Amino acid sequence: MSRRISYREALREGLREALLNDPRVLLMGEDVGRYGGTYAVSKGLLDEFGPDRIRDTPLSELAFVGAGIGAALGGLRPVVEVMTVNFSLLALDPIVNTAALYHHMSGGQFSVPLVIRMATGAGRQVAAQHSHSFEGWYAHIPGITILAPATVRDARYMLASALSDPDPVLIFEHAALYNMEAELEDEGPVDIRSARLMREGSDVALITYGGSLYKTLAAAEQLSARGVSAAVLDLRVLRPLDTGAIVALIRQCRRVVVVDEGWRSGSLAAEVMARIVENAFYELDAPPVRVCSEEVPVPYARHLEDAVLPQPEKIVAAVETLLGVSP
Amino acid sequence: MIEFLLPSLGADMDEGTLLEWKVRPGDILSKGQIVAVVDTSKAAVDIESWHEGEVALLLVEPGQLMPVGTPMALLLEPGETAADVARYMRDTLRSASTGVTSAEPKQVTSAVAERRPVSPVARRRASELGVDLQGVSGSGPNGVITLQDVERAGGAVAPPKGGQDGMRRAIAAAMSRSKREIPHYYLAEPVPMTRALDWLAQENAARPVTERLLPAVLLLKAVARALRRYPEFNGTYVDGEFHPAPRVNPGVAISLRQGGLVAPALCDADRKSLPALMRELGDLIKRARAGSLRSSELSEATVTITQLGDQGVESVFGVIHPPQVALIGLGRIAERPWVEDGKVVARPVMTASLAADHRVSDGHRGALFLTELRELLQQPEALDADLSGETQ
Repeated sequence: MSRRISYREALREGLREALLNDPRVLLMGEDVGRYGGTYAVSKGLLDEFGPDRIRDTPLSELAFVGAGIGAALGGLRPVVEVMTVNFSLLALDPIVNTAALYHHMSGGQFSVPLVIRMATGAGRQVAAQHSHSFEGWYAHIPGITILAPATVRDARYMLASALSDPDPVLIFEHAALYNMEAELEDEGPVDIRSARLMREGSDVALITYGGSLYKTLAAAEQLSARGVSAAVLDLRVLRPLDTGAIVALIRQCRRVVVVDEGWRSGSLAAEVMARIVENAFYELDAPPVRVCSEEVPVPYARHLEDAVLPQPEKIVAAVETLLGVSP
Repeated sequence: MIEFLLPSLGADMDEGTLLEWKVRPGDILSKGQIVAVVDTSKAAVDIESWHEGEVALLLVEPGQLMPVGTPMALLLEPGETAADVARYMRDTLRSASTGVTSAEPKQVTSAVAERRPVSPVARRRASELGVDLQGVSGSGPNGVITLQDVERAGGAVAPPKGGQDGMRRAIAAAMSRSKREIPHYYLAEPVPMTRALDWLAQENAARPVTERLLPAVLLLKAVARALRRYPEFNGTYVDGEFHPAPRVNPGVAISLRQGGLVAPALCDADRKSLPALMRELGDLIKRARAGSLRSSELSEATVTITQLGDQGVESVFGVIHPPQVALIGLGRIAERPWVEDGKVVARPVMTASLAADHRVSDGHRGALFLTELRELLQQPEALDADLSGETQ
């Protein structure tokens, strides 16, 4: 039995379920209460759960992420919403130097069961300061789990798994996906450790996550019309990476294109490629290839923004070059 | 120093595999001499030299897949010695390693000469199967040896889906390009063949069986003569511009028994006698089917003629072979009802068609061309007699 649901509604259902199931859960962040959330994810929750559990915060990421860590240490299960990943840089210190380290620095005495949600990515003409993809940076940090739900199923069910994790979990919601609607086919819990194969294929592995998933699936469809069988792997979890799933797919396809909306240099794509070369070098029939964003700030103008981001055409072209077939 | 480069033998050729050298270092080359046999996706082709000089060094090995433009050999110009070769090689390698060379093919060769690229999994599989990579030609980008190449060489798998299908791919690429780029228009005209066939019968009665003329050569000659008068159908369209060809070299479409087709050129068909054309056509068909065409024959066609012959249908509308600008289709000669002096009579008739590039010519000129062809075929003796004072 499946039902049609938007990515935004799926997130709201997940939040509501968490608030209903566990009195320790609260949501805090800028505009989450009276405004209903910058992306309207928490709309209606203030009326249902009241201001103690749906808390509007001042415009200080440093302060409210820090408060979330304190609440988690004090026994609550806070879900902190940061408006976009660009603004989360103001909270890098509490996230990287506090939340990610306390378990280690307390000799295992304290855990920080904190969940931070934030929007990431471009594609909505909101210009450079609201459009970047820094999830790859966070995936560099030991001590935190990094999730990138791309499907409505993950949007609906990843939060519960994140809340049951005793350590900090960051959830990156791609801003271009909130309005996406899809069939939710499998209800029930999802793991936050594995990648998921979204499309079978034998000629080339396309590895991606988040907002790039649908561009990659579109590219795979175009390639299929040209006789190229492309598999698509949704990483889902950026830290820890599911190296086993990546290597298994390389063994099957022998060629790989990694699609990542982050900038190329030092990107998550770079880490995926490094793991492929470390673990599956002798399985490769061609050098791994990347399709990333151009290394410039994301522009405001629509045509320039489109040109900067990974697009199905760029992915198709990369695959054709890799296979040595002319368009 | 002369670089002998792999020539392009047609718009659809971008690479070739060296099968065999026909010369050795020290040989003195003359123009037109066969230098090597190269497998294009269409056929094994004898590559001729357009240079004269002494062969100094062979740069590629049999089995090697090269892009068009790859230097295959070095020829000494008069006065040059081995020292010049050494200097050339040093300069090429240096410029390739510093990346300052302007000629891309040089980089390709020197890289290839240093180390043949083999994918990691292909290398591993080759050692598992005991395949010697020296004998394996690479099908990947830039000639990389892939897993599939090794498994094919090791007999582990049959060739992939599509089989023979370099040629199928080449035809697909050329024909798709044609239909993508060339705005074709089509015209057709029925041509009464009574006079032509009568004249041929009369001519052949006086000839030994082995020297009899087929209608095909008469048609070929007539088309070539008509093309001389209407040059906008004979040439190439390159970089947004039509280049009329100085010679009339019709490519004659020849179907191959294993499937596919080639259209090698019958050069200067407008200036050759019918017996000469007959001999050359027979030779061309034999060699096309044996897969031993010369490079010039594949690269010099200025127009294409497709004849369906006895087995064919009434008419054919062809797809132009880029960068040519026209294709003349000749249907089967068959008896048809024909109106003559107000009466319906049975006459042998052939439908001649023209597929032409509208960027270069218009239907009005196309119609005049087909009319000219029809009229030429009403005076077969003139076609035979006219040699324009040229080659016999």
